[in-house]
Amino acid sequence: MRQTTKSRIARAAALLLAAVLLVPAPALAKTEIHFWHAMGGQLGETVGELVRQFNASQSEYEVKALNKGTYPEVLTAAIAAYRQKNPPHIVQFFDVGTQTMLMSGAIHPVFQLLKEQEVAVNWGDFIKPVVAYYSKDGNLYSMPFNSSSPILYYNKEAFKKAGLDPAKPPATWKDVGEYSKKLLAAGGVKCGFTTSWPSWTMLENTFPWHDQPFATNQNGYTGLDTKLLINGEFGLKHIGQLAAWQKDNVYSYGGRQGQPDPKFINGDCAMLIQSSAVIGGFKKSVKFDWGTGQLPHWGAPYKKQNTIVGGGTLWVMKGVKVADYKGVAQFLKFIAEPHQQMWWSVTTGYVPITQTAIKNLETGYHFKKNPEQWTALSQLSGTPTANSRGHRLGNMAQVRDAIEPELEQIFAGKKTAKEGLDAAVAKGNEILKEFAAANKP
Amino acid sequence: MKRSVFRNRALPYLLLLPQLAVTVVFFFWPAWESLRLSFFRTSAFGDRVTFVGLDNFTKLLRDPDYYQSVLNSFVFAFGVTGIGVGAGLLVAALATQKIRGLAVYRTAVLWPYGIAAPIAGIIFLFMFHPSYGVLPYWLAFVSAYEFNWLLKGWVAMALVIVATAWTHVGYNIAFFVAGLLAIPESVLEAASVDGAGSLRRFALIVFPLLAPITFYLVVVNLIFSFFGSFGMIHAVTQGGPGGATEIMVFKVYKDGFIGLNMGSSAAQSVMLMIVVIGLTALQFRFVERRITY
Repeated sequence: MRQTTKSRIARAAALLLAAVLLVPAPALAKTEIHFWHAMGGQLGETVGELVRQFNASQSEYEVKALNKGTYPEVLTAAIAAYRQKNPPHIVQFFDVGTQTMLMSGAIHPVFQLLKEQEVAVNWGDFIKPVVAYYSKDGNLYSMPFNSSSPILYYNKEAFKKAGLDPAKPPATWKDVGEYSKKLLAAGGVKCGFTTSWPSWTMLENTFPWHDQPFATNQNGYTGLDTKLLINGEFGLKHIGQLAAWQKDNVYSYGGRQGQPDPKFINGDCAMLIQSSAVIGGFKKSVKFDWGTGQLPHWGAPYKKQNTIVGGGTLWVMKGVKVADYKGVAQFLKFIAEPHQQMWWSVTTGYVPITQTAIKNLETGYHFKKNPEQWTALSQLSGTPTANSRGHRLGNMAQVRDAIEPELEQIFAGKKTAKEGLDAAVAKGNEILKEFAAANKP
Repeated sequence: MKRSVFRNRALPYLLLLPQLAVTVVFFFWPAWESLRLSFFRTSAFGDRVTFVGLDNFTKLLRDPDYYQSVLNSFVFAFGVTGIGVGAGLLVAALATQKIRGLAVYRTAVLWPYGIAAPIAGIIFLFMFHPSYGVLPYWLAFVSAYEFNWLLKGWVAMALVIVATAWTHVGYNIAFFVAGLLAIPESVLEAASVDGAGSLRRFALIVFPLLAPITFYLVVVNLIFSFFGSFGMIHAVTQGGPGGATEIMVFKVYKDGFIGLNMGSSAAQSVMLMIVVIGLTALQFRFVERRITY
């Protein structure tokens, strides 16, 4: 008995040794480019594949992609690494962190990097809402990577059961209310609709969608002394309506982030407003026949503008070896190429963000076959106005964290829409003031 | 107490050194850093640092949300401690009865303590989530009550309290079992001979004899609830709904790591430290005196 154990250990040790020796030594000539991202699961694998393709396409650089958790966790890790003077070259961060990154003094602007490295990327090819969001003074500061926008998902089978046309999602909020009542009356569903990422879908996107200002200074683009404007007439109307609907189950609040998704997936709610980024996941997990429609609109007198892009962009960090920037530039150029753009979008469900990629996908009847991938894109067409370019608020993640508890108080009936939104504005403004003070030029 | 005498003067210090090093590096140094940071306003990447005196503290003390989080912390800590210690004593009393398969039970009741808080949180989510939880699903068949802690603050608080107490109850049981086994059989027998029923025996003999352990557990559970309960809140409610379960330690994380407001976050952890030190000192001052070891 003892003999076998011993020989087993010996064999294991030999195997281990062989494994160590057999791992190919990295080619010495390759420079490593570190890329920290927040893509988990299937998205993470897709990032890995993209990086593999780049590494195989040339022999000078080796991009090492590392999933560092959620967006805030990636940022925390990057800040710690930057302070220890050992930052990664590229960091993926989400839309609402844009102002924080711009003011950080820790980033090397993408437009400048590409100019220095004499790498030409045709930014004119990128769709306007994306470029506008991440540009400052007409120059792109971070590389758009994964972009999405909130859309409406609806349960076609529940629509049929309630005598509604399954080919016609509700276009206006009025429709949403009426359809929900019919759906509830027909039985089979417990709620008309629910909303994921409540602040993002119901305020941050609903305001630009109606060409309404979310905050002063053109949503923060033109100055730091910004104040929220969500407690105006439009905000009260919209949130007030949601609160009223919450009482008779037309609307059912389901929590923050993606927590409400199961209410739709298990058939409780007939409609869901959520990011277009979940299309890929829904194709696998939703058992019934479903479709998508544009984010509902209030109609006249409000103008239909555009929604804004959510998702992440790639920031290039300062504090790395200047010589490495050449490889970083090549990697960014690689991602921007039409083939990679198309592949990324088709594989993940994120919207394609270059005109060429969109045109190629159209030519291949991709959107005819996958109409749901067209929905978000259709909301992003056109030239953004001062109200719909995006949001450039300092510590926006914290602002969102100030808004969402107030929304919860409103939907729980503890506060009126006015009381809740006034409180959200007061708290949000404090945070913005703090950010302005900490980032005095 | 027995005094140890070392011949070599350096030896005791040398033996203490590893523990001292750990304490200094992982406790004193971060505490000092927090204290230092709490007087500054720092930008996210730490490139702009301004001395602001007590600004971070005065802002906190003017913020109603902060008082809410302090109140939440106390409700949470006393809730967890009450349920955790109470249930621990009850189960320990059962686990010291003479029953079949005792060893199995005794082992099994310790298991929850081996589960990491976030995992326990996920388990509770799967049981109680209004959208996909098993319990609300069953509840819908038998009653019209909507178990929606995504909107009802006190339900959310009750949920995280019970979940946290559950993860910690194994620890309490272990100590109570040891304590119960240490009570001399002869004392209890003498009491029965004098005609004391089991409740009286428990109230007059067992409970006083367990007092040192109960006291220790109350102190430890309170400190744990104030500091160590972050994982559960993070996994289950994220402080919601409407800030109803935002306890101090979660707010420290939220403002520091999501909000990137290091100054305020540091000030809050200093306040938290003061509260817990104060609470522990109070307990030793007033409660410990009544305990005989």
